[in-house]
Amino acid sequence: MDLHLESITHRYGDLLVLEGIDLEIKSGQIVCVIGPSGCGKSTLLRFIGGLEQPDSGNVLQLGDPPADSLNPLTYIFQDFALLPWRTVEGNVSLVLEDHGLGGAAAARIIEDVLARTKLSDFKKAFPKQLSGGMKQRVAIARALAVKPAVMLMDEPLSGLDAQTRELLMDDLIGLWTRERITVVYVTHNLNEAVRLGHKIVVLSRRPGRIREIIEIDTPIEQRTRGDAALEEKQVLLWNLLRDEAVAADMELASG
Amino acid sequence: MADPTTHARPVEFRGGGFSPKPIRALGPVVFVVLIVLWEIGSQTGVISALVLPAPSEALAALRDLWVSGELWLHLGASLQRLSLGWTIGSVLGITLGLCIGLFSTVRAGVAPLVSAIFPIPKIALLPLFIIWFGIGEESKVALILFGTFFPTVIFTYGGIDNVDRGLIRMGQSFGLSWFSIVRKIILPGALPAILSGMRISSAIAIILIVAAELIAAEKGIGAYVQIAGSLFATDQLIAGVSILSVLGLTVSWLIGRAERFLLRWRN
Ligand SMILES: Nc1ncnc2c1ncn2[C@@H]1O[C@H](COP(=O)(O)OP(=O)(O)OP(=O)(O)O)[C@@H](O)[C@H]1O
Ligand SMILES: [Mg+2]
Repeated sequence: MDLHLESITHRYGDLLVLEGIDLEIKSGQIVCVIGPSGCGKSTLLRFIGGLEQPDSGNVLQLGDPPADSLNPLTYIFQDFALLPWRTVEGNVSLVLEDHGLGGAAAARIIEDVLARTKLSDFKKAFPKQLSGGMKQRVAIARALAVKPAVMLMDEPLSGLDAQTRELLMDDLIGLWTRERITVVYVTHNLNEAVRLGHKIVVLSRRPGRIREIIEIDTPIEQRTRGDAALEEKQVLLWNLLRDEAVAADMELASG
Repeated sequence: MADPTTHARPVEFRGGGFSPKPIRALGPVVFVVLIVLWEIGSQTGVISALVLPAPSEALAALRDLWVSGELWLHLGASLQRLSLGWTIGSVLGITLGLCIGLFSTVRAGVAPLVSAIFPIPKIALLPLFIIWFGIGEESKVALILFGTFFPTVIFTYGGIDNVDRGLIRMGQSFGLSWFSIVRKIILPGALPAILSGMRISSAIAIILIVAAELIAAEKGIGAYVQIAGSLFATDQLIAGVSILSVLGLTVSWLIGRAERFLLRWRN
């Protein structure tokens, strides 16, 4: 299943947030979206997942999602969005219950996704007892449980410390190599973008327009830390973003 | 680095404090000491029996109640009114609070009305209740129901307003039904506030039971206190008031247990 964004434009009141966004998201690709603060990245992701509707333009689904996919467009949130009153297991089962999956069928899925995210030992723990990295892994397990066709991730690693971020990035790469899920990945971190993205979409400052789309051909599983070609792309991205970021900063400062 | 001519001294400690620690025995000790002082004062005549009866006299009145078996009659009558009024008030209050929290039209239409009636001292409405419901059990239960209903409404919708919108959005993003979101995300999220509301409304119910039993009641702790008061039988008055206090403490303890159980995910 591919996704097509067609000339998406949106305002919040008088504030023009996104303007004329055209984008193709191909099945099995990781598309990273970067841009200065407030340029509408999260808003764009909400449009893609159908949580909000743009003033004009369309998000089109091309083809059908796999038949076994319970929730084709599935989010991973920056703040994890786990129910604090449910255990790890309960948080995963939450998203299965509405699909009529209970009992043994649900238990099997929960067992499986917790094993894949190395959380089997923490089934009965409450979110409060877990570290940030583990909470995000619970959120990933929950997303995997509904067999998504596209994962929509809004700065999934931003709330974590640098070491945890590296570990979880390796997990994400491992996950993608196995499952080849389509991913739209919003981030502020250029390093994450060049490590994970097949396609990196650079948005301008608000109103967000597509400034540049950079493709990286190196297979994701072959990208290493400190790879010279990747470093080069990262510098390129920073040069693109720096002017936007400086300008965005001045705008905020001058009200 | 260290200059040998300057002398070293430890950095001054500025932290600490501002974190209440549980000191279990202190509360009961203060209580017992006060009672003992009061008893001594009464025995030695420092506190005149006209002003305040001795604790031992109040205790004797309490024993009379116990021995004659009237304690259970009074307590039974009051508990029945309290539990009936409080339960119905809470159920209706949570229901309306939920509707205000979930539906904009209900909120716009009803919330101002609730806010307007909430601060009225319900005791002032007693004559109206008598006219509407007569002098039987109904008016007594209605007063308590009315008194507990409004704070419950306000706490419930306040709790719903404070449920993390991110969690609701998460529920929607996984395709949960509206009903599931209400039952599995909104209600548990509002539960801490609802329980706080129940704590407050239970205290209000106990305050109102005395007023409710002003209405032609022969039985009930409130009635007992009323009669003792009108006869200036201050020993019985203190005995009755102590029973109400113990009742309040018990209810508060029970709600504390319920909180510990229902909100165990918080610790
Ligand atoms: N529901 C809303 N109502 C009004 N304005 C909004 C709303 N959501 C976002 N905005 C505004 O729209 C702009 C874009 O917001 P958005 O959250 O999409 O930016 P972002 O690129 O994700 O920013 P960040 O990098 O800080 O996460 C911001 O100026 C924000 O204040
Ligand atoms: Mg954002």
